[in-house]
Amino acid sequence: MTAFEVRAEGLGKRYGPTRALDSFDLAVPTGTVHGLLGPNGAGKTTAVRILATLLRFDAGRATVAGFDVARQPDEVRARIGLTGQYAAVDETLSGRQNLEMFGRLSGLGGRAARRRATELLGQFGLDGAANRSAGGYSGGMRRRLDLAASLVRPPRVLFLDEPTTGLDPRSRNQVWDIVRALVADGATVLLTTQYLEEADQLADRISMIDAGRVVAEGTPDELKSMIDGDRIEVVVRDAADLPRAEGIFARICAGKPECDPELRRISAPVADRVAGLIGVVQALRDAGIAVEDIGLRRATLDEAFLHLTGRRPEEAGEPVGAVRKVVPA
Amino acid sequence: MTTATRSAVPAPPVSARTPLARLRRAIVDGWTMTRRNMTHVVRAPEELILYFSLPIMFVLVFGYVFGSGMQVPGGGNYREFLLPGIFVMTMLNGLGATASGVAFDLSRGVVDRFRSMSMARSALMTGRSAADLLRALLEMSTLLVCGLLVGWQWRDGVGRALLAVGLLLLLRVAITWLGIYLALLVPNPDTVSVIVFPAVFPLTALSNVFVSPDLMPRWLGAISEWNPLSATVAATRQLFGNPGLGADSWPAEHALLLAVAWPVLLIATFAPLAVRRYQRLSR
Ligand SMILES: Nc1ncnc2c1ncn2[C@@H]1O[C@H](COP(=O)(O)OP(=O)(O)OP(=O)(O)O)[C@@H](O)[C@H]1O
Ligand SMILES: [Mg+2]
Repeated sequence: MTAFEVRAEGLGKRYGPTRALDSFDLAVPTGTVHGLLGPNGAGKTTAVRILATLLRFDAGRATVAGFDVARQPDEVRARIGLTGQYAAVDETLSGRQNLEMFGRLSGLGGRAARRRATELLGQFGLDGAANRSAGGYSGGMRRRLDLAASLVRPPRVLFLDEPTTGLDPRSRNQVWDIVRALVADGATVLLTTQYLEEADQLADRISMIDAGRVVAEGTPDELKSMIDGDRIEVVVRDAADLPRAEGIFARICAGKPECDPELRRISAPVADRVAGLIGVVQALRDAGIAVEDIGLRRATLDEAFLHLTGRRPEEAGEPVGAVRKVVPA
Repeated sequence: MTTATRSAVPAPPVSARTPLARLRRAIVDGWTMTRRNMTHVVRAPEELILYFSLPIMFVLVFGYVFGSGMQVPGGGNYREFLLPGIFVMTMLNGLGATASGVAFDLSRGVVDRFRSMSMARSALMTGRSAADLLRALLEMSTLLVCGLLVGWQWRDGVGRALLAVGLLLLLRVAITWLGIYLALLVPNPDTVSVIVFPAVFPLTALSNVFVSPDLMPRWLGAISEWNPLSATVAATRQLFGNPGLGADSWPAEHALLLAVAWPVLLIATFAPLAVRRYQRLSR
C-alpha cells in the first residue's frame, strides 16, 4: 500500500502534565535508516516504545511493516526487532542460553535455535563469554548480546534506542557495520541517538525532535544546509581591503556577509559551493586583494541542532572516543 | 561482522492465527519459559536450600512443639492429625515466593523483550506456574520423607496417598496463579512480599490446619470449614487415613469435592485475570 515501512501520524503521549510526544510525525521508507535525534527527554524512547507495541498512545496513528500498531500488535511483533535503551536480556542466564531462549520464542526449533545462537555469539565477539551469566557482562558486552538477541530472527524493521551509548569506538563501529549489513539485506532501521556523528554516519534521513515534536526532518545534508548552508571564508592580508572584499561577498554570496576585522576575516553563506567559491576567488583577484587563506566550511549537524532548538543535543556529554566530524572544504 | 543477518534462518513467522496453532504456540513457549525458570534454579541453587529446609522446619517445629498436649476430636495422634495441615501450609507458603519471583521478573528489562516478540502472551506465566509445580513436587517429596521419619503414615494404600498428593499440588497451582496475579497488581518484589504475609497468616489460622473447627467458637468454626485450605486439609486427611475428620457438616462431608472445586475456581478466576493484566501492562 505504502512505501513507508514505519509511519506515524500525529502521535501523542502524555504522562500527567508532561507531553512526552506531541503531534509526532514520522515516515520511514522501506530499506532505509532513519535517525531520531534529540536531547534528553525529547521523547525518543517514548516514540520507539510506542512503535514497538510496548506503550499505548493517546492520540494519532502508527503503522509498522504495514500493520496498525494499536490494532494488530502481534503482526507488528512478528516483524520487528528491538534493542531498547537498557539491555533486555535475562541476567541470570548465560549469553548462549539467552540467545537460544529468544530463538525458541521466535519460533525456531531447538536445533535451529542452538545453531543461530552459536552463529550470533561468533559474529558479536561473545564466544569467550558465551557460558557466563549475562549479569556479569561489561556494559558493552551486554549491549552486543542485546543487539544479537533482537536479530535471532532477522527482523524487517529494527528499532535501536541509543545503540552505541557507552560503547568504545571499536564496538561502536561494529554496531554501525551490523546496521549497514542489515539495511543492505533490505531491513528498515529506526535508530535514536544523541550523537550527531552517529546520525550523520548512518541515517539516510533524520528527524530532530525536541519536547516531543519533530522540529526538523531531512537528509543530514539538508539539515546542515537548513541553518545557513555552507559558508565561504576568506582571510585578507591587509585589513584595509576588508570593506572592498565585503562588497564582493555581498554581490556573489547568498546571505549577508559577516566581518571580523580583528582576524581580517569575512564569511558568508553560499548556495552553490563550487560556483560561489570560484566566483569569489575570481572577483578578489580582479580587485587585486591579497588573500591569506580561503576555504569552504560546511555546517555541522551540531550547529543545525543548536540553530533549531537553541540547545546542544549532547548535553549529557560527549560520546566516548567520538570525534565530531569537521568537513573540510 | 558484515554477515550479521545473512544466515540460514527462515523468514519471520506469520503469527499464529487458528486456535489450534495458538494453543501449540502457547504450549511450546510455555515450555521454553519453564526451562528458563528451571535454569534460574540451577544457576542460583541457594534457592533450593530454602525449598528443602522450610518444609523440614515446619514438620519438626510444629510436630514437636505443638505435638503433645493437643486434642484431636474423635481421638488419634496429634502429629498424624497435623501433618496434612503442614503439607497445605507449605503449599500456601509458596505464595510469597511466587509473587516476589514474578514481581522481580517484571521489574527487569527482559520483560520488554518478551513483550516485543510474537511469542504466546501467556508463556511467561504458564512457564512460572509449571516451574513452581516442579518445585512443589520437590517440596512434597521432602515433606513426605520427613513425615514418615516423625511417625506419620498413610494408612489407606499408595493409590489414595498419591491422590492426596495430587490434591495438594492442585492447590499449589491455584496459589501460584494467585501469586502471579498479585505480582502483576504490585510489580515490585519488595512491596509484594510485604503484602503477602498479612494475607497468608489469617488464612492459615482460620483453618483446620492446627485445630479442628469443632473445637472453635461456632462462627469461627463455620469460617474455617469453608476456607479453601481446610477443604484440601480435610480431603488429604481422609485420603491418607489420618485422624480428625471433623463433624457432620456439609463442607466436612464433601471435603473431596471442595478440595477440587476450590482450586479449580481459583485458577479459572486468576489465570485469565493475570494474562489479561500482563497484556495491558504499561501499555
Ligand atoms: N513512565 C514515565 N512517567 C512519567 N514521565 C515519563 C515516563 N517516561 C517518560 N517520561 C517523560 O517523557 C518525556 C520523554 O521521555 P523519553 O524517555 O521518551 O525521552 P528520551 O528522548 O528517550 O530521553 P533520553 O535521551 O534521556 O533517553 C520526558 O520528559 C520524561 O520525563
Ligand atoms: Mg531514551
